[in-house]
Amino acid sequence: MKIEKDEVTHVARLARLEFTEAETEKFTAQLNNILIYMDMLNRADTTGVEPMTHAIAQKNAFREDLVKESLSREATLANAPDVRGDFFRVPKVIE
Amino acid sequence: MELNQLTIHELQEKIKAGETTSTEIVQAVFRRIDAVEKDVHAYILLTREKALEGAAHADEEIKKGNIKTLTGIPIALKDLLCTKGVTTTCASHILHNYVPPYDATVVEKLRDAGAVFTGKTNMDEFAMGSSTETSYFGITKNPWDLERIPGGSSGGSAAAVVADECIASIGSDTGGSIRQPAALCGVVGMKPTYGRVSRYGLVAFASSLDQIGPFTKDVEDCAIMMNILAGYDPRESTSVPVDVPDYRQFLSRGIGGWKVGIPKEYFIEGIDAEVKDAIQQTIKVIEGMGAKCIEVSLPHTEYCLAVYYIIAPAEASSNLARYDGVKYGFRSLDGRDLMEMYKKSRSAGFGAEVKRRIMLGTYVLSSGYYDAYYKKASQVRALIKQDFDEAFKQCDVLLTPTTPTPAFKIGEKTDDPLQMYLSDIFTISTNLAGIPGMVVPCGFTRAGLPVGVQFLAGHFEEGKLIQIAAAYEKNANLGKRRPKL
Repeated sequence: MKIEKDEVTHVARLARLEFTEAETEKFTAQLNNILIYMDMLNRADTTGVEPMTHAIAQKNAFREDLVKESLSREATLANAPDVRGDFFRVPKVIE
Repeated sequence: MELNQLTIHELQEKIKAGETTSTEIVQAVFRRIDAVEKDVHAYILLTREKALEGAAHADEEIKKGNIKTLTGIPIALKDLLCTKGVTTTCASHILHNYVPPYDATVVEKLRDAGAVFTGKTNMDEFAMGSSTETSYFGITKNPWDLERIPGGSSGGSAAAVVADECIASIGSDTGGSIRQPAALCGVVGMKPTYGRVSRYGLVAFASSLDQIGPFTKDVEDCAIMMNILAGYDPRESTSVPVDVPDYRQFLSRGIGGWKVGIPKEYFIEGIDAEVKDAIQQTIKVIEGMGAKCIEVSLPHTEYCLAVYYIIAPAEASSNLARYDGVKYGFRSLDGRDLMEMYKKSRSAGFGAEVKRRIMLGTYVLSSGYYDAYYKKASQVRALIKQDFDEAFKQCDVLLTPTTPTPAFKIGEKTDDPLQMYLSDIFTISTNLAGIPGMVVPCGFTRAGLPVGVQFLAGHFEEGKLIQIAAAYEKNANLGKRRPKL
């Protein structure tokens, strides 16, 4: 096994997801299959190869520091599930 | 011929000659939608009223002689492009009610060119899939055979074009999501070079791979659309400030004296015999036009799928962290505290495939596994790009099959993610290397399913793709078949 059930539960917590027992089992099996397939990468010799992050690497995509129009507060809050005044409202964070 | 069956350039001529109006064209498109959409389900949302208003406005402009490239032409948009005031769902429950406060750059450009928008097309949820089966809003069917998938993730955009439910459409391509459905639906599709088309306002999936491109009924329309879509955008930091040629100039140049590379690794075991035949027939046509086809090698091809399914989910897990039920989208009301609200909103808001990829991505980026998976994949990615650099020293373009098989049956691969991933095996390398790729119809199977050929070129050489695609289209004599709906 590349990945055990308790590790799947740990990763789910990192990803802010939760699963039923049955879902966890299904995911564990599927992720195992996929990760076993990934093992083939070990056959590729990558000694001294720089990791590639972007196909066309752009360095320092600077722009002029100009004040431009941005979204209004109203437009920004318009899609929020819960708003009070000028704020996004969420369930309590601290006991 | 009905108006909705025509191409952009044919309609432009009719509009200029005063033979038709935008209103007539838009009405023809919606008559077709009314007739076939219940079977095809290419759209998530239809914007009929807005389209008719847009057409009326276009007709006024036409009367004044103010005719731009797309004035009055009905275009469909994949539902991951932000449209101001019009719901943009990404085919996900978590964004089912999201109304963007701004337009994506490509939407703005199309609007400025005079386009009229018919609606938002169906797709795999968050563009994660190869069949349009993971949409929260139901499956899109392949217009050539309603029991089969249209490909994905831009399945709705491809199906809408071939079913004449729009004149052209926009999709996005992270691992083949334009080219694979273009092949399976029998339309023209282009994935431009990474950095060629602005992604401002595109809902992000895998940021080092995503590109936006067009679906069209022929190669000339593809050139017309690329003229509008391509170009630097200061709002998008990965868009590249290089000149954009007029792509129409490549339409009639021919390919005499060209060298066309055939990568031997793309003719694997398991490729459908009829797909292989169609590609070999295509090679003969290409040679008949004065080009020389030579065998080339892309030795790291076997690693593409593994590299992609590390890099794309890793980037997705980071990009999709923003869906937390706070700023927009679905929020579960069951959470007692903030952490529970996050978990319950995300778990109920995302579908199974999206969650599988978030899990995979979070795992490969997590402490202790980063070097073994993400770093290793990024190194092999560099080798894959080198393969292409070497190949393009020997030839002008590459020619490959687009998919190993024609469109498969609905439900055939949903239970086995790895089998589903394998349907992108010929398209993924393009995104990893950041090069442009174009798909053109090249024949039909005996059962009447379309097959598409893929052309690949070096960075920013979309012009070469249009050149060979146009030359091929002219010489292939495939005739104008239409799906019977």
